[in-house]
Amino acid sequence: MMIQVQQVAYSYETGKTISFPDFAVTGSEPCLLLGESGSGKTTLLHLIGGLLKNQQGKIVIHDTNISQLSETELDKFRGKHIGFIFQKNHLISALSVKNNLLMAPYLSGLPQQESRVREVLEGVSLQEKENANVNALSHGQAQRVAIARAVLNKPDVILADEPTSALDDKNCMRVIDMLLAVAKQNNSALLIATHDQRLKSKISRQIIL
Amino acid sequence: MNLPLLVWSYLKSRPLNTALNIVLLSLGIAVITILLLFNNQLQRKITDNAKGIDLVVGAKGSPLQLILCNIFHIDFPTGNINLKEAEKISKNRLVKKAIPLALGDSYNGYRIIGTNQLYAEQYNAQLSSGAWFQKEMEVTIGSNVANALKLKTGDKFESNHGLTSDGHAHDEQKFSVAGIMSHTNSVLDNLILTQVESVWKVHEAHGEGEKTHDDHDHDSIANPSPLIPSVEAGDSTKEITSMLIQYRSPMGAIQMPRWVNGQSSLQAASPAFETARLFSILGVGVDILKAFAYVLIFISALSIFIALYNSLKERRYDLAIMRSMGASRARLVTAILMEGGVLTLMGCVIGLLMGHGALIVMGNLVEETQKAGISGLVFYEEEWIILVGSLLLGTLCAIIPAIQAYRTDISKVLAGNE
Repeated sequence: MMIQVQQVAYSYETGKTISFPDFAVTGSEPCLLLGESGSGKTTLLHLIGGLLKNQQGKIVIHDTNISQLSETELDKFRGKHIGFIFQKNHLISALSVKNNLLMAPYLSGLPQQESRVREVLEGVSLQEKENANVNALSHGQAQRVAIARAVLNKPDVILADEPTSALDDKNCMRVIDMLLAVAKQNNSALLIATHDQRLKSKISRQIIL
Repeated sequence: MNLPLLVWSYLKSRPLNTALNIVLLSLGIAVITILLLFNNQLQRKITDNAKGIDLVVGAKGSPLQLILCNIFHIDFPTGNINLKEAEKISKNRLVKKAIPLALGDSYNGYRIIGTNQLYAEQYNAQLSSGAWFQKEMEVTIGSNVANALKLKTGDKFESNHGLTSDGHAHDEQKFSVAGIMSHTNSVLDNLILTQVESVWKVHEAHGEGEKTHDDHDHDSIANPSPLIPSVEAGDSTKEITSMLIQYRSPMGAIQMPRWVNGQSSLQAASPAFETARLFSILGVGVDILKAFAYVLIFISALSIFIALYNSLKERRYDLAIMRSMGASRARLVTAILMEGGVLTLMGCVIGLLMGHGALIVMGNLVEETQKAGISGLVFYEEEWIILVGSLLLGTLCAIIPAIQAYRTDISKVLAGNE
């Protein structure tokens, strides 16, 4: 069991409280988190990723109850065990593609291997963009680089928040196929929060909020 | 990937902004550096030149002029004093050493000083070639004079009346170069030394035609003057420009100036006092320039602060992403402080180089700088203070942006709510 969510609820600053259904995600089966805007998809994803704290209930990732970790421990844990993919603005524009990818092992304190950079770039068919400027990439390409970065540390869990919403149909399919492929290749549990109906046909396991 | 590379990449991604900040700061630092180098060297130069000279006795006039003329050789004489009166002063028991100076002529802008061996000894001058001036119309020249005018031992030249090169030429008498002094790093380097008698001779010849005066046989003088042995003591017709005095004891400083100034035609000026006064006058200009430099530095600090603050707004997402990849708050804060530090460090190093460079260029272009012996290749400990100060300034400018980075709510930023 890579991700386990039990009786989790979160109270916003406004006083509104959302309770989430219990579920679990394994490494072998990717999972969609569906729901309308405002249903708490992003909140749940941030709770699972430890970006947001102070929830009720229990979130266990790879045998670690992350509710019990301090903030610094969470930072470290996130770097080593979780890969994030966001809808947009995910790359650091001051850095080249290669250095963007190397940020993942650098920030989580893992060895920086250029061979691994090439490997993950090959996985998303962007090996020729290794030294490119991030600003020179298209949306679809940038999203693929983000996927490459998310899997670079071989995380136990990949959390994707609307990874395809900003993409056209062709790129959407290409990106989701690659995401599924690299997640499987790296044996990472994949949880995608989205309202993108196009993904339903690709991933059968769905949790609806 | 590492933190310095990240910081550098961010600076490089905003080249114009980074350049502006560096230029602003470096200009301020350059002005400070130039002032520091100039002031320190000038002060040192002045102190060195006046070292061992406790009092200058000359004709009545401005005491500052007396010092500028007779120690630094940059102003004109206040007038002449009677040799007999000068002798009287030199015989005072508080006087350890008295050096006569007779000014009035120059050669191509370099002053000819009628004096004696003591004057050269005062600055520990050594000969680099030839000999010391022994006879009338023989000169020993300073190293800068030799270099600038391409004079060698044995060369002959005619002096000009006055202290500038366009004066009336004394073409009746020719000086001959007996020797060249090695570099002393003092005012001596720009002087032509000769006997007092030579200066007299040139002017006598000029004023009174062909009235020869060759009874300089020392044996024929029963009671030689303590200042100029070739003339009788108490000669009331001879005049010199001034006399440099060294006291035998600190008591001299208390009694001598008052005593000398009490004599109707004489004036005593203390180099230490007058140079301190000169510096306090110059100090106003220096202070204004300094204030200007500090304004520049302040503006650059403000500009660096604004740049970091603004870029941080654009970078909120970057910071959140880095947090999501495992960066701790402390690491992000370090990165931002480092960015401020690197900016000011670069500005400071460039400013220091510019300051030194400007003085090197000035030394090559402006003759006066060279004459004054001011060099751009001297480094002072204060420059470390400037460097450390700039680093602190940069860190200070980055503190508020860094606190903001520390406080960033990653979840809100990533969810697009903030």
